[in-house]
Amino acid sequence: MDQSEIRAKIVEIIRVYAKDKDALASATDDTNILQDLKVNSARLVDVILDFEDAFDIEVEDEDADNVNTIGDAVSLIAAKI
Amino acid sequence: MSEEFDGVVLTPREVFELLPQKEPFLFVDEVLEVSDEHIVACFTFREDHDFYRGHFPGRPVTPGVILLESLAQVGVVGLGLYLIARAQGRDAVLDALALFADANVEFTGLVSPGDRVTIRANKVFFRRGKVRSEAEMTLDDGTVVCSGTISGMGVPRQ
Repeated sequence: MDQSEIRAKIVEIIRVYAKDKDALASATDDTNILQDLKVNSARLVDVILDFEDAFDIEVEDEDADNVNTIGDAVSLIAAKI
Repeated sequence: MSEEFDGVVLTPREVFELLPQKEPFLFVDEVLEVSDEHIVACFTFREDHDFYRGHFPGRPVTPGVILLESLAQVGVVGLGLYLIARAQGRDAVLDALALFADANVEFTGLVSPGDRVTIRANKVFFRRGKVRSEAEMTLDDGTVVCSGTISGMGVPRQ
């Protein structure tokens, strides 16, 4: 799975939680998940758990703390699959 | 993946006493069981609860939002306090407030004044301070009055 496929899958996962769908439609690697996409911070755990299920990986809490942008998520997942 | 549980084990009585909600907004009478995986508690809706005067005049029925609050006080707050103590110790619990994050709940029965309910919640996950449980409220005759998934976060009091 290349990075563009990972990114597409990430966007679909976040779509469920993002309140700003327009920002999601034009999301780039620099898009901040909480601030730009208006994802509730309490939902970040759900996003990480969905990543674990979708990509069959385990994400340590320390790694999850460093996921702020779409690009951060792509890099984290690409390193684990 | 689960948290490392090297903190303390709270008794059901301690969990009840640590609930930050107090009268008149406490909808738990007793915590009966608690473990790393589940919690069971009970509550009797007294006939003198003030909300029955308006919900509804002449036909008192316990509001769904109050049933949901009772579910959350057990399945999010009670279970969450226990799990925080297990993961981080007693001091972390004393400094914690557990706040509702999300819920997906179905109501399937009525709770009338005087009814006693039992709430059972099974942990779905406890990650990064967030607890989610599958919770169910039943009457003494076994009727399920509401059930679903509820979640909350532990946050510092200040």
